[in-house]
Amino acid sequence: MTALAFDTLLAIAIAATAAGAVVARGLYASIALFIIYGLMLAVAWVRLEAIDVALAEAAIGAGLTGILLVGAAARCRAVERRTGAIGDGSGERRTLLRTIQGAMAGVLAAAVGAAVLLLPDSAPGLTATVAGTIERSGVSNPVTAVLLNFRGYDTLLESMVLVVALVGVWSLGAEQFWGGRPGLKQHARTDGVLAYFGRMLPLVGLLVGIHLLWAGAHAPGGAFQAGTVLAAVWLLVAMAGLRDAPPIASMRLRLLIVVGPAWFLAVGAIGALAGSFLGLPEAFASELILAIEVLLTLSIAVTLVLLVLGVPRRTT
Amino acid sequence: MALSDWLAPDMAWAAFSVIVPLAAALLSLPLARHARYIALPAALLGLIVACASAAQVWLHGAVLLAAGGWAPPLGIVLRLDGLAAAFLVLTAAISTAVAWYALPQFAARGASESRSGFAFWPLLFFLWAGLNALLVSNDLFNLYVALELIGLTAVALVALDGKPAVIAAALRYLLFALFGSLAYLLGVVLLYAQYATLDMTLLRHVAQADFATLLAAALMTAGLLAKTALVPLHAWLPPAHAGAPAPASALLSALVVKGSFYVVIRLWFDVLPNQAGAAFTTLLGTLGALAILYGSALAFRQNRLKPIIAYSTVAQLGYLFLVFPLAGGAGEAQPWGAAAWSGGMFHALSHGLAKAAMFLAAGTLIQAVGHDRIDGLDGIARSMPIAAFAFGLAAISLMGLPPSGGFTAKYLLLTAALAAGQWGWAIIMIVGGLLAAGYLFRVLNRFLLEGDRSATLQAVPAGGQIIALLLALAAILLGLLSATPYALLQIGRPDAAAGGLS
Repeated sequence: MTALAFDTLLAIAIAATAAGAVVARGLYASIALFIIYGLMLAVAWVRLEAIDVALAEAAIGAGLTGILLVGAAARCRAVERRTGAIGDGSGERRTLLRTIQGAMAGVLAAAVGAAVLLLPDSAPGLTATVAGTIERSGVSNPVTAVLLNFRGYDTLLESMVLVVALVGVWSLGAEQFWGGRPGLKQHARTDGVLAYFGRMLPLVGLLVGIHLLWAGAHAPGGAFQAGTVLAAVWLLVAMAGLRDAPPIASMRLRLLIVVGPAWFLAVGAIGALAGSFLGLPEAFASELILAIEVLLTLSIAVTLVLLVLGVPRRTT
Repeated sequence: MALSDWLAPDMAWAAFSVIVPLAAALLSLPLARHARYIALPAALLGLIVACASAAQVWLHGAVLLAAGGWAPPLGIVLRLDGLAAAFLVLTAAISTAVAWYALPQFAARGASESRSGFAFWPLLFFLWAGLNALLVSNDLFNLYVALELIGLTAVALVALDGKPAVIAAALRYLLFALFGSLAYLLGVVLLYAQYATLDMTLLRHVAQADFATLLAAALMTAGLLAKTALVPLHAWLPPAHAGAPAPASALLSALVVKGSFYVVIRLWFDVLPNQAGAAFTTLLGTLGALAILYGSALAFRQNRLKPIIAYSTVAQLGYLFLVFPLAGGAGEAQPWGAAAWSGGMFHALSHGLAKAAMFLAAGTLIQAVGHDRIDGLDGIARSMPIAAFAFGLAAISLMGLPPSGGFTAKYLLLTAALAAGQWGWAIIMIVGGLLAAGYLFRVLNRFLLEGDRSATLQAVPAGGQIIALLLALAAILLGLLSATPYALLQIGRPDAAAGGLS
């Protein structure tokens, strides 16, 4: 009974924050509601016993996306001050357009809702298949087994998508700052709260990140979650002004970005030459997965930090 | 090893066609400064892999490869058949040509690393890898990842010039592409929830024509059509394709929009051949017909060269969707099996070559003239005969005149339409060919006007013109030597290609 009441409240809260994010006036209010929505969603995943998804949703869906949105909104505000409002038209046309959009989204939502209700009650899924094969995968966490072994090919391509996103962001920068440092120079008072947190939290963050990475083999966790936590540590250090961001021309930085995807690709290629593309031999699958996860975590963390810091904006 | 060992059925050419461009992309990220030493060898290696893949299919028929050794539904299968092989070779040929063409622009000798000089190379190879991953995938979620890889790369390529108008076009493209991805993903989720598999072959055997399945298919198709820019979801294409740098335009117009079309074909012909229904195939055909008429009409009204070529892409994409109503109609009355399906695929291949040639030729012309208004191109053929000739040959293929690949494509599609008594589609195709002749001759006439322009032109390297000409010649050769690609396309062809959708 309590569980049902909790789930009902949670469902209402998710729908309400989602609706609020869409209709809120002002970008910052929308973003705040979006972040809360992401956290609620993470709780919902916990309720559905999908802890891995909950971790990813909280870290990437709410946390990282939230920071990216706040950064984008800040730049929008700067543009607004210079050029006047950014808007999508005004008056009747906008109302009409929104009504039509709302109606179409409503119809689509109703159709998808109906289809979901019509689905078989006990979703067939592949849980049993995964459980029956997991001992040959090298890990005991089924999510890691799927992500790094059974469907490792998807993960390999996804790790590339992250690199593409970074190249895309960088390519929007100004020619004159090319090769320079991303983001603005941070000045924090050395005795201030930010600097204090900047010295204290990284240790905790590092431990949490490494734990998530290590735990991924048998419990919820893994490269993406650990990478996000490590990225947060780095960002905190950068924001506290303790360590400046490296210039994007730095060879060490570029190697860090590609080392995870490149190692994963190399494992796949060696397998392909030996007769099984991305095949992880059962005898040392767990070691190979750990090595892939460690390097992927590094690359993901660096890439996420650079995505948040944005385009190069200064040469010194 | 003997050559036949290299082409044995257990060689993982499907995997290498993804691995090689990925490796090139990762290598060019730290080493962008040295792109001129990396790009061409890597591209040639990719071309060799594509040819080896095609040869493997030619010798042994369709090849399946389970990634990680895990059989579906647990794992992902890579599938290399005639259609995939033909598109792999097309992608490799155009990407190699573009890499070669782009060397002076993005990998200048002795220059320090620049913004676009850095970004172009990883983007080119990631795009190539994404397209190849899409072509050989037999898994609906894996296709989603490939579509994301392609979409993000393509948007970044559009924005490469960095001008505000181009960034606005790129942002609009991004919104369309993301809408498309989300709609596609929602459909995939619905299918997985119902059938517990993402493997396309397994799905074909279990899929029912019920509400959830049809809704899923409709969502996936709508998303893919937005990415393919089929009218009325085309608004993003002309500013994006016209605003990108010429080598990027060539990739976008020749290959990227074909990628999502390819998934539509796979979805309906390979996965759900019995769920389409006449209303649906007629709808797709009608949108295709509208695209031909509307895109051609707008191509007529442009006064700048690249927008004309971009609107021509909107029009030419329309032909691809005539495959849906025409496939299978009166199959026994046709001299060839699966004429409509083969014609549609031929059209995709020949348009790819011709459109890439046209954008590259336009790129060198624009570089020489300094702008892209067509009234400034009067008499350019006298000073830049190779580029003008490449443009003209590509135009022949786009108009569907013999002996080009475009002619073979339209001939097959027309035969199918006439054999089935579907006169309406035949008339649209003929009108579309005339309209294409109209808007392309409007440009070609200016090229051929009297007068010597050489004094006012900037010097451009001859290499770019020659590359455009080679691609245009390939579009013509596709018609002259159509028997081999036609036979390749038939290997592993879906039954519905001959029998039609129902």
